[in-house]
Amino acid sequence: MQIIIVAFASLFLVRLFYLQVIDQKYDTLAKNNAIKELDVYPTRGLVYDRKGELIVYNEPIYDLMVIPRQAKNVDTLRLCELLGMTKEDFLNRFEEMKQQRGYSSYKPNAFAKQLSLKDYSRLQEYLYLFPGFYGQVRTIRKYPHRVAATILGDIGEVDDKAIDKSDGYYKPGDYIGKSGIEKVYEKQLGGTRGKKYVYVDVHNREMGSFGNGEFDTLAKAGDNVITTLDIKLQEYGEKLMQNKKGSIVAIEPNTGEILAMVSSPGYDPNLLCGASRGENFMKLLKDTLLPLYSRPTLATYPPGSAFKPVVGLIALTERVQPVDYFVTCTGVYLFAGLTLHCSHRHPSPPNIQYALEQSCNSYFWQTFRNIIENKNYSDIHDVYDKWSRYCNSFGLGVKTGIDLPSESTGNIPSSKYFDRLYGKTGWHSSTIISLGIGQGEILVTPLQMANIFACIANKGYWITPHVVKRITDPVTEQDVTPSHDKHVSLMDTQFFAPVIEGLHMVVEEGTARSAKVDGISLCGKTGTAQNPHGDNHSMFAGFAPMENPKIAVAVIVENGGYGAAYAAPIASLMVEKYLNDTIQQKRLPLEKRMMEGNLLSKYGVSINKTVDLNADVDE
Amino acid sequence: MAKHESITGKIDWFTVLLYALLVSIGWMAIYSAVYTDEQPSLFNTSLNSGKQFQWMIASAIIAFVILIIDSRFYITFSYPIYALLLLFVLSVMFIGTEVKGQQNWIRLGSFSMQPSELAKFAVALAISKYLSGLNVDIRKWRDKWKAFAIIGIPMIIVTVQGDAGSAVMFLAFSLVLFRDGLEPYFLIVGSSVIALSVLSLIIPKLTLVALLFGVAAVVIYFSRRNRKISLAIAGIWIVASLYVFSVDFAFNKILKSHQRDRINVLLGKEVERGKDWNIRQSIIAIGSGGVTGKGYLQGTQTKLKFVPEQSTDFIFSSIGEEFGFIGSLVIIGLFVSLFFRLLYLSERQRSKFSRMYGYCVTSILFFHFLVNVGMAIGIAPVIGIPLPFISYGGSSLLSFTVLLFIFIRLDTQRYETMR
Repeated sequence: MQIIIVAFASLFLVRLFYLQVIDQKYDTLAKNNAIKELDVYPTRGLVYDRKGELIVYNEPIYDLMVIPRQAKNVDTLRLCELLGMTKEDFLNRFEEMKQQRGYSSYKPNAFAKQLSLKDYSRLQEYLYLFPGFYGQVRTIRKYPHRVAATILGDIGEVDDKAIDKSDGYYKPGDYIGKSGIEKVYEKQLGGTRGKKYVYVDVHNREMGSFGNGEFDTLAKAGDNVITTLDIKLQEYGEKLMQNKKGSIVAIEPNTGEILAMVSSPGYDPNLLCGASRGENFMKLLKDTLLPLYSRPTLATYPPGSAFKPVVGLIALTERVQPVDYFVTCTGVYLFAGLTLHCSHRHPSPPNIQYALEQSCNSYFWQTFRNIIENKNYSDIHDVYDKWSRYCNSFGLGVKTGIDLPSESTGNIPSSKYFDRLYGKTGWHSSTIISLGIGQGEILVTPLQMANIFACIANKGYWITPHVVKRITDPVTEQDVTPSHDKHVSLMDTQFFAPVIEGLHMVVEEGTARSAKVDGISLCGKTGTAQNPHGDNHSMFAGFAPMENPKIAVAVIVENGGYGAAYAAPIASLMVEKYLNDTIQQKRLPLEKRMMEGNLLSKYGVSINKTVDLNADVDE
Repeated sequence: MAKHESITGKIDWFTVLLYALLVSIGWMAIYSAVYTDEQPSLFNTSLNSGKQFQWMIASAIIAFVILIIDSRFYITFSYPIYALLLLFVLSVMFIGTEVKGQQNWIRLGSFSMQPSELAKFAVALAISKYLSGLNVDIRKWRDKWKAFAIIGIPMIIVTVQGDAGSAVMFLAFSLVLFRDGLEPYFLIVGSSVIALSVLSLIIPKLTLVALLFGVAAVVIYFSRRNRKISLAIAGIWIVASLYVFSVDFAFNKILKSHQRDRINVLLGKEVERGKDWNIRQSIIAIGSGGVTGKGYLQGTQTKLKFVPEQSTDFIFSSIGEEFGFIGSLVIIGLFVSLFFRLLYLSERQRSKFSRMYGYCVTSILFFHFLVNVGMAIGIAPVIGIPLPFISYGGSSLLSFTVLLFIFIRLDTQRYETMR
């Protein structure tokens, strides 16, 4: 018997020696069982405007959680009443929870999501009647100014693609910037997640900290972002553009900072936060006016007459004509069998200044011919490519590099494009003559348009436009100021002065007299982009003050008719608002007219539609 | 006083010390098994550890009482005690309470009792009494049957009540029978039956029968000159083949599904996920203890309730996790010392009753130890039986205490009793 005892005891000890001393995998298995890594979510950074006004913040909302196993003797009637649900809803909710993946009656389940602080505080008083229920605070983004939706962007649950790309950082259910600044500055705004190690028991309940929190790391709050936006100006712009499709882009010329960027129709960014995000998103997505579309950076238009200063500058720089170049304008321009019409009757321009003032088509057709028919170049491809490069140096046909997620390059057609279209020798200055007045294949975005005038205001350079000025660490208060490239145009700087003089005359005496503001030397150019689908697009781009430009602005009102009809007055109001902060008494009727101008009928939309969209905003 | 002193002097204090050590270690292990971050008192009676402390006091009192009763009492009243406890075990079927599918509990106020636990010492007394009887020879069939009946009756009752695990423990008494001279062919037949049962569960039945036929054919071929042996072998083959088919029936019809699963787990067969949970978690707990363990009250498997039945059946995994290989070594060492000491004490008994009883005590304790630790480290099937003196449970602690202390008492009087 002793032998049996010793034999079995030895067998046990050998087995134990193997389990405990030799095989090391059990330690890991036990850790996997018992220690769970939890993410500690940082608060997302705040967003300010250029003057320090808070424009995006986090608001606490509450998820009502329930641990079903603990939910006994619940005052169901009272709870239903407080949540505004019926007894059936209540029971259904529990059934729904049970269907969810990973459901455990020991674990917290979200019973009601995203209750407002108001609703929750009412509920909180009675929470003692509902054992097993408790509130869990989360935050959602809140936009006190309700504007600049496409710039600020939104956050939403991360999709599979982003999860794959993040190398394991994002997990399903995490929030991530989906558009606008939220997307581009996700890394800074998002902060750094912390880790918490806790013990979990067999029911996956948290049972206290592992190693007294020794291995835990704190979450680092997201950086605050100070934008270049002037939120007052942005609000004003959106008001001016209401009931009109189009864009306003305002840039501070010497810094490239975007002061305001209106995409109309816009939407209240608060719509894409909180419980009704999905529903509202679908509503906005289906809207025929495309409120989710960021027009300032994505919509492209032929620049029309607003392009004329560029044509003039190229001709002057190429020395194909002097500043005092004279062109006879009889109202028609006859060329290579074409009969082209000038927009209105005016005296023949003796120089570029007057040509700009009157927006004389004949003058710029001739100028364009002078550029393209330049005998210093071997053939049209050479000269046309040079022309393209001039345009590119203004940020046309290329991306400006703005710090927003999507941007169109616009279009400066290449010589190859015309080769394909007409054959290598099949095109001449007459074939592409409409480029001379900003029509034809040329397309620019409102942002590029504003950028051209920022470049002119700077007399030959532009800074990459941007919407973020500074990024601040909320803890150390250290600032990071992103640097931006300076792009020097290929123009001979001596010719900016006469062109600017001409642009000033446009507002003082020319086509944009409706934009004249006493005391402000506004320079600019109207444009009327031909629109095959309906009324012409009204355009204006300019800058002010002439001597020391503080703001460059481009306005496009789709189907707004002549540039002077809508775009020029709106631009002048933006400039006046920005520079003077108030609108002169005598211009108030103009302001009123602009704000009340309603073009929705031209887009085939009833007026009620947009009103409805802005109606359900909660405080 | 003088008499009392004389008893104290004769008590085998080494055994008592081993007993006290095991019970104390058990109590600490139980506290650890139920310990939570709220750090309740060791004596909190709402927890198993606190209750165990009450049982320990009760056991100490009973041990004391046993020691002052003259040992002749146990010899004289062996059969009445046996009869009484059989009745008690039977009564469970009428007044018992069902706990975890087993109707073998009796509730007395806030305490629950498992009479089947107490039956063990009664059987030990009865079988010792019977085997020490004059003219009783275990080699004779008449006496064999009686001995088998003494062990078998409570075993059948307990099986019927659904506690097959406890029933298996009565097989421990067969060790005593062998010690007393039961022929080894019982052991051969017994192990053959077990081997056949296991094989019939892992090998397809027809294959097994064919295999057995092959073996039988070879044996018959070599002993073809002896008709008697050939016929016997053929007979054995037929019986074995019938048995193979009946095992399947027994396995599927008589055993409960959880018992089937436990056997399947041990045989390495595929079972539904989660059925091998207990044993896997127990092995993880023990394996993760390493050489020195995670430290007292630091076992994560134990604390976080990954191992079920932590304070009762799987108490060994708690010790293995928190005290590591060294702790396991100490426990096994203590048990082996106890067994050796008990065997030594048994051998020195002059009376056959005392010697037989000593073997009974050792066999019972050894069997529990074997199955319980074997189960915790994954080499024996999961049978819900306690680790003597260590596991939580009033009935089992009382039962083992009574079992052991009657022997200690018998030992003190080894020079007085001749038979």
